Amino acid sequence: MAQVVNNGVNVDALLAAREALKNAPAAAEFTWRASCKWLNGTHTRSTVQGFRGLGEEQSHKSEFSFDTDHPEIFASEDHGATPVEVVLVGLASCLTAGIAAVAQNRGIQLRSVEARLEGKMNLAGILGIDGDVRNGYDNIKVTFHVDADASKKDIEALVAQSQKRSAVFDIITNPTNVTVEVV
Amino acid sequence: MTGIERFTTVIIGAGHAGLSMSRVLTEQSIDHVVLERGEVANSWRHERWDSLRLLTPNWLCRLPGHAYEGPDPDGFMNLPDVVNFIAAFAAGTSAPVRTHTTVSSVRAVEDGYQLVTGRGEIRCRSVVLATGANNIPRVPDLHRAVPQSVQCLTTFSYRHPEQLPPGGVLIVGAAATGVQLADEIHRSGRPVTLCVGEHVRLPRSYRGHDVLWWMEHSGVWNQRYDQIEDLERARRLPSPQLVGTPEHSTLELNRLADAGVEIVGRLAAIRDGHALFSGGLANHLALADLKMERLLDAFDAWARDQHVDIDAGPVERFPSTLLPSRSRLSLDLHRGEIRTIVWATGYRPDYGWLQVPVVTPKGDLRHDGGVVTEAPGMYALGLPVLRRRKSTFINGAEADARDLARHLAGFLAGSGGLVSRDPEDAA
Repeated sequence: MAQVVNNGVNVDALLAAREALKNAPAAAEFTWRASCKWLNGTHTRSTVQGFRGLGEEQSHKSEFSFDTDHPEIFASEDHGATPVEVVLVGLASCLTAGIAAVAQNRGIQLRSVEARLEGKMNLAGILGIDGDVRNGYDNIKVTFHVDADASKKDIEALVAQSQKRSAVFDIITNPTNVTVEVV
Repeated sequence: MTGIERFTTVIIGAGHAGLSMSRVLTEQSIDHVVLERGEVANSWRHERWDSLRLLTPNWLCRLPGHAYEGPDPDGFMNLPDVVNFIAAFAAGTSAPVRTHTTVSSVRAVEDGYQLVTGRGEIRCRSVVLATGANNIPRVPDLHRAVPQSVQCLTTFSYRHPEQLPPGGVLIVGAAATGVQLADEIHRSGRPVTLCVGEHVRLPRSYRGHDVLWWMEHSGVWNQRYDQIEDLERARRLPSPQLVGTPEHSTLELNRLADAGVEIVGRLAAIRDGHALFSGGLANHLALADLKMERLLDAFDAWARDQHVDIDAGPVERFPSTLLPSRSRLSLDLHRGEIRTIVWATGYRPDYGWLQVPVVTPKGDLRHDGGVVTEAPGMYALGLPVLRRRKSTFINGAEADARDLARHLAGFLAGSGGLVSRDPEDAA
């Protein structure tokens, strides 16, 4: 009897959405949003709730809140993870969710998926010490441990495909236009 | 020329595909003419670089009733040989070709199509578009941000390394053309930086046979368009990183890197004169390596199933494509390191003359296996995975031409011409 693969991803819905959006290109234009309020020092609180897609305003079930700060060794108060760590969270979660979706689509049963990320950064950049050093990460390394009903090659292919279709992977590895204005 | 000429069928394009269709129509006594804007095999003569050789070994170069008969069946024809091969085919079949006749418009009329050419008007009941998919080099919009000090060439204007100024060359695109040019330009003493995005990696030889021997015999190449899961994706695949050399060498990125070519990620943007490359290169390399392995697995599985000795060596696998742990992310085009950019970023078809609404907003022809269903009596040849994976290769023209000629004959007879979807039917 064939085992039904269930990674909790509704692939049928995703495939149906893909077909529907092929014929309704305007509906595929999404706008994601975040708001941020300064609290004190380097401590800020960002919230996410509303977004736009499928031609109209949408809303998450509840408002999500993210406190970020700098650690005590930066002479701060450590009320939350640093913004650069939040970026690693974005990448990790996008790739991991992608693995689940691709696995579901390929009929691979996942048992566990864990990722560890490391981003190397030289502070001489953001501290303005050395103009040749960039502000951001020199390099980000992602290590996945995947326990699944599949060969090593199939798992590697899964992880490779997840990167290919990851929004955050694209945002980080390719240039993205950012405009900032003051009103 | 006075008045309007009439033919049953007009074939536009006297490349190997158009000429194949002509030969098949002649066999079936369907009167037709082949209109060619230049000379027979025009694109090969005028729109490719000097050192080009076919990717397909000579024994695979078959057109209807016309095969390679030279001394080197395992070798790869160079450009003059290909032109002669196709010209000999045209002559041998007495193809009714009108050279230097450009079609400036095709439109639908009540009983077929009306064509305006540089030499008069033609009416026909059916028309075959054999102009190919490679009429215009496709250059990304960001080329407008290249500083004036850097010379730009496309693969149409590139002929040989000596036409380039001395100094560094940035090659954008790593499909067959990009890697071939990277190799030859680097060997000319000009440092090359090669931008690599999604690509298809193949070994030239596998277990003692040419990789295209495997493609042909294992059936991969004969896979029909209606049996392919993601056809759109298959049609957009870049040409594989292959070259035809007397040494049967494999053109792989590891070898180029060892020779000193700098491999960087896909050219993603040019900002303030800085070329910015994707940091996702490792993923592109991994995807290509994995895809190649899956293909070799498929070859091995087919080989195991054969009951005759296919004379293949032991199973082999090839080293993964490595890159320096830190590949370059940007290059200042103002600094003078790069004197030339070669855009090896592909081509697109030109349908500007086609006044029939069968072209998508992205500029592709809408067709079902080469039958332009929205325009009765209109057919296409030589487009990617038109009917089979081998459709754009020289040896793929005949089967497609025969299938479509059968449909065309049915159309002319008024039966509506249903093409059989039975794989057995398509020899």
